[in-house]
Amino acid sequence: MKKVEAIIKPFKLDDVKKALGDIHIEGMTVSEVKGFGRQKGHSEFYRGAEYTLDFLPKVKVEVVTTDELTPKVVEAIMAAAKTGKIGDGKIFISPIEDGVRIRTGERGSDAL
Amino acid sequence: MKTAIYVFLVLVLLPLGASAEEAPAIDTGDTAWVLVSTAFVLLMTAPGLALFYSGLVRRKNVLSTIMQSFAALSIVSIQWVLWGYSLAFGPDSWGLIGGLELIGLKGVGPEPGGYAATIPHQAFMLFQMMFAVITVAIITGAIAERMKFSAFIAFAVLWTTFVYDPLAHWVWGGGWIGKMGALDFAGGTVVHISSGVAALAAALVTGRRRGYGTDLMLPHNLPLTLIGAGLLWFGWFGFNAGSALGANGLAATAFMVTNTAAAAAALSWTAVEWLHRGKPTLLGLASGIVAGLVAITPAAGFVGPVSSILLGLAAGAVCYFAVAWLKPLLGYDDSLDAFGIHGVGGVWGAVATGLFASTAVNAAGADGLFFGGAGLLWKQLVAIGASAAYAFVLTLIILKAIDWTIGLRVADEDEVQGLDITQHSESGYSL
Repeated sequence: MKKVEAIIKPFKLDDVKKALGDIHIEGMTVSEVKGFGRQKGHSEFYRGAEYTLDFLPKVKVEVVTTDELTPKVVEAIMAAAKTGKIGDGKIFISPIEDGVRIRTGERGSDAL
Repeated sequence: MKTAIYVFLVLVLLPLGASAEEAPAIDTGDTAWVLVSTAFVLLMTAPGLALFYSGLVRRKNVLSTIMQSFAALSIVSIQWVLWGYSLAFGPDSWGLIGGLELIGLKGVGPEPGGYAATIPHQAFMLFQMMFAVITVAIITGAIAERMKFSAFIAFAVLWTTFVYDPLAHWVWGGGWIGKMGALDFAGGTVVHISSGVAALAAALVTGRRRGYGTDLMLPHNLPLTLIGAGLLWFGWFGFNAGSALGANGLAATAFMVTNTAAAAAALSWTAVEWLHRGKPTLLGLASGIVAGLVAITPAAGFVGPVSSILLGLAAGAVCYFAVAWLKPLLGYDDSLDAFGIHGVGGVWGAVATGLFASTAVNAAGADGLFFGGAGLLWKQLVAIGASAAYAFVLTLIILKAIDWTIGLRVADEDEVQGLDITQHSESGYSL
């Protein structure tokens, strides 16, 4: 099993959700996060004073899936979240040791 | 038959009308308007100013900021009844202070007093009370996010007693500024210059917030600020038009120029900021509204509509540069710009009254420089200088005294954690 973590532009969340649904991914966890990469932060103005905000709002999508499905999940997120402009975000993939469905006690990929 | 009825009515009513003119009678329309205006001005402080300020602070200080305005309302309401009104509007001594004859509102009853012939003395007293309330509440913008609540209570009592009450007496209570002939229709000098200059002194004595200039200190909820700005604009009709102390043409004139100047200043602040920083901001619009309302306050019953547009346009631009350029240049932390908007806007309004006042608008006023009178502007400058100097020095003394006794600021650790939790054990937002 693998965990796919994608940090994307907030307005792309619906597209990503739909793309993952199209390849029959049946669950995901979404959180509002802040951070910066090469895009850096942005400026805001209050009563004529400039403030530089380092952190930009992004959305983090977490999907845990089987090893076989992982490349398709990454492709689907890439295709859906890409605008071609700086700040599109990143995808991280990491191994998952085990999983448990709390209701039934199923383990491993049965728990997905 | 009809003619007979008319004759009968005339015969019956004429003597009534004649006798009514003889007695100094309370006018129901005037009384209703002043009482309603009093409630309008209360709304300016709580929740108007409270919300305006609370949106500008960080979320950890939203409640403590609101609490200062509501506490000002509660404290000054009692102070005014017990001795404040007497010091401001009691019998004059040397043009400087009112006597103690009206302490506890002795003799301030339902009959007209010496200041307004057609309304109850109590109505006049209440209307003035709300002015005293908002004045000390305005100062809280300069010391936001760092003053101990206990220190603020002491400050509200002392400042209203030693600064507001004498200044109100100088201008409106038969004191020397009013006698000199300087004009202040609704409190440009008494309310806005005094609170604005006191705010500057308070920012200097209290010192900057921890992390000022390095940490991000952004407004945490601008919609709250905009609700506050709307309530201030609404309440200001009571403040200015109510200062006519009657439901009459002068009130309508004051109402009209109040709205016009606020609108003009909202547009000019927004335009200047747009040119200077590239974007028109909502906070800029709201700040411009308040700057315009402040500036028109002394001039409201004395200037015409076109003058009020010019006055408002200048107010928005002048206050913008006070806040965006002067404050960073001098480096004081007037956190919510009480000096930049009320002090600077108040001074401009008092000067503008000396320029734009016209006896064609109000025969009881005077002609400003642009309408052929040179003397008024000089009197305005004397009034500005004297009230600003008095407010500045007395505020310094009061705050130093509080600092040496109970202390002005919260502990550093408490400031970082926020005043809501450390001063009041409450949070504005859960989760």
